[in-house]
Amino acid sequence: MENNNSSKLVPYPSNALVTERDLHKPPVLEVNHLGIDFGGLTAVDDFSIIIGRTEIAGLIGPNGAGKTTVFNLLTNVYKPTRGNILLNGYSTSGKTTAQVNRMGIARTFQNIRLFSKMSVIDNVKVGMHMSVKENFLSSLSHGFGYSKAEKIANERALELLDFFSMADLAKAQAGSLPYGAQRRLEIIRALATNPSIVLLDEPAAGMNPSETAELMENIRRIRDTFNIAIMLIEHDMSLVMGICEGICVLNYGKIIAKGSPDEIKKNPTVIEAYLGKKKEAQD
Amino acid sequence: MKNNVLKKLFSKNSITIYIVVAIYAIFSSLLYTDNLSRQLTNMLISVSCYIVLAVSLNLVVGFLGELSLGHACFMSVGLFTGCISSVLMSNVIPSVYIRLPIAMILGGLAAAAVGFVIGLPALRLKGDYLAIVTLACGEIVKNAITNINMTVESADFEFNGAIGLNTNKYGIYIKDVGELLPYAIVLVFVTIIVMMNISKSKAGRCIMAIRDNRIAAESIGINVTYYKLIVFVLAAFFAGMAGVLYGHGNSFAAASKFDYNMSIEILVIVVLGGMGSVRGSIIAAIILRALPEMLREFSDYRMLLYSVLLIVIMILNANPKFADLKGNLSIPKIISRLKNKDKTVKEAK
Repeated sequence: MENNNSSKLVPYPSNALVTERDLHKPPVLEVNHLGIDFGGLTAVDDFSIIIGRTEIAGLIGPNGAGKTTVFNLLTNVYKPTRGNILLNGYSTSGKTTAQVNRMGIARTFQNIRLFSKMSVIDNVKVGMHMSVKENFLSSLSHGFGYSKAEKIANERALELLDFFSMADLAKAQAGSLPYGAQRRLEIIRALATNPSIVLLDEPAAGMNPSETAELMENIRRIRDTFNIAIMLIEHDMSLVMGICEGICVLNYGKIIAKGSPDEIKKNPTVIEAYLGKKKEAQD
Repeated sequence: MKNNVLKKLFSKNSITIYIVVAIYAIFSSLLYTDNLSRQLTNMLISVSCYIVLAVSLNLVVGFLGELSLGHACFMSVGLFTGCISSVLMSNVIPSVYIRLPIAMILGGLAAAAVGFVIGLPALRLKGDYLAIVTLACGEIVKNAITNINMTVESADFEFNGAIGLNTNKYGIYIKDVGELLPYAIVLVFVTIIVMMNISKSKAGRCIMAIRDNRIAAESIGINVTYYKLIVFVLAAFFAGMAGVLYGHGNSFAAASKFDYNMSIEILVIVVLGGMGSVRGSIIAAIILRALPEMLREFSDYRMLLYSVLLIVIMILNANPKFADLKGNLSIPKIISRLKNKDKTVKEAK
C-alpha cells in the first residue's frame, strides 16, 4: 500500500501546504470545510487545509482570529459543527481527545500545561505510556515484566531528553524549571507520544531572541530526526517566516491566504488584516 | 551497583516499610508475651483497619486528586458481604480461620463492584460535585443495607439490617486479637506495598498526570475515565477487605456506624498525614486512632481535647517552619548531613 502510493504522484490541489519532497506521499492531515459555532457566533468557518508528511506549517493571524480554536478542533477538544478531519487517511470524528492523540496528533499549549508536581523524566515517561508494556497487574506488583518495561522507558525518555540537552535535569521537578525549559519539556512530552504531527501553540511566547533562534533550530531538528509534520501558531514573524514552509493566515475564523512565506509576505489581504487598509494609513 | 542497592535499601518507600515492620514487631512481641495492656490490644485491629482505609483513600484523594466522601460505605459493603458469606460458608468450611481470607476477598470484590457502579457515573463530575455525589452515595448504601432483611434457613441464619449483624452469635467473631493480628498485618502490608508500587509505575504516572493537569493528560492519550475508575475501584476493594477484618474483630456490626462521620474521620487522617504520602497516612492513622483512647481518662472532656489537638496538628502542619523542622529530621537528610560532616572533617585534616 505504502509502496504503491509512494511511486505515484499524489494529486494535490494547488493551495495544499505540501513541499516538493512530500509530493509523492499521502498527506498527514487533510481538513475539509471545518467549522464551529459557539451559540450564534461562528468562531471558525470553512477551514480547509492539507499538510504534507514532513511539512513545517504555520498558522498565523491577528489576535482572536481563531487559531487556538482550530487546534482545539483538530484535537477534538471541541466537537466540530461542520466538516471533517482526516489524519493519515482516517477520520477523527467522534473520537475523544485521548483517542485522537493515539491516532497521531500531539500538541502543546499556549499556557504551559506540564505535570508540574512530577519529575521531568516522569513527564516524558507518562507521555510514552502507550508504548510502555506494563499491564495493571505488573503496575501493582512490580513483577510480570515491570523492570524490563521500566528500563526501556527510562532509556528512551533519557534519549529524548538528551536530544534537547535536558538529560541532566531529569530528576528535577517539572514545575521548578525555568520558563524556556518548561516549553521544551512540553514539546518533548508531545514527541514522546510518537505522533505523526505535532501542533505547537505559540512555542516562542515569552522567549528572548537567542532562545527563539534555538527553538527554530530545534523545530527543524525534530522534523529531520523524527520525520513528522509540525504545525505551529506563532506571533513572532521572524520565526514563522524563518522555518515555515507553508503558511496559512486566519482572520475572523476564515482562511484569507495560504502559501509559501514569500507569497504570504506579498499578499495584500494579509497585509490589510495585520496593518489595515493602505488608504487609511495615508490619510 | 552497590550504590544502587544501598539507595534501594534507604529509599523513602523502604523506610516506610521498616517503620511498619518495627511497629508491628514491637506490638506483636508484647502481645504474644502477654505484656500488652488490654486497652492497646483492643486497638490493634481497629488501627490496622484504619491504616488500610486511610492508605486506600489516599490513593483517591492524594494520588488522583479527587475528593471522595463515601469511603466508609465501601467498608460497610465489604463488612456485611464478607461476614455474611463467611457465615454461609460455615457448613462447607468449618474453620473460621480459613474462611476469613476467602471472606476478605469476597468482601473486597463486593466493595469494588459497588465502587464501580458508583464511580462510573460519579467520576464524570469534578471537584466539589464529586464530593457531594460520593457523600450521597455513601448515605444511600448505608440506608440500603439498613433495609436488608435476609433469612437463610439452611444455615439457620437471619440478618436484619436495621439491627445489625451479631458476629458473635454466628461464630465468626475472633475474640483473641493474637489470632486475628496476622491477618491484619498481611492486609496492611499488601495495601502499603500495592500503593507504593502503583506510584512508581505506568498506571501511577498516568494517575498523577490526571491529578496535575487533566487537559494535558487527555492530550497525550491518557484515558482519564479508565484510570479514575480503576483508582476508585481499587480503593473500594481495600476498604472492603478492611471492613471484613473489622467485622471479624468486633462482636457486633451495625450499618449505621458507617456513615459520613466515619468517611470524614478517614479523610481527616489522609489530610493530616499528607496528601499522597503513604507513610504520613500510616502515622496519622496510628496517632488519631490512639488519641481518643489515650484521652479516656479525661472522660467528659475527651472529644473536646481531641478537637483541640486536631486543630493544633492542623496549624502545625500548615506552618512552613514546622515543615522545615520535619524535613531536617528526615532520614535521608540526616544521612547526607553525616556525610557532609565526614567530608568537612577530612578536609580539615
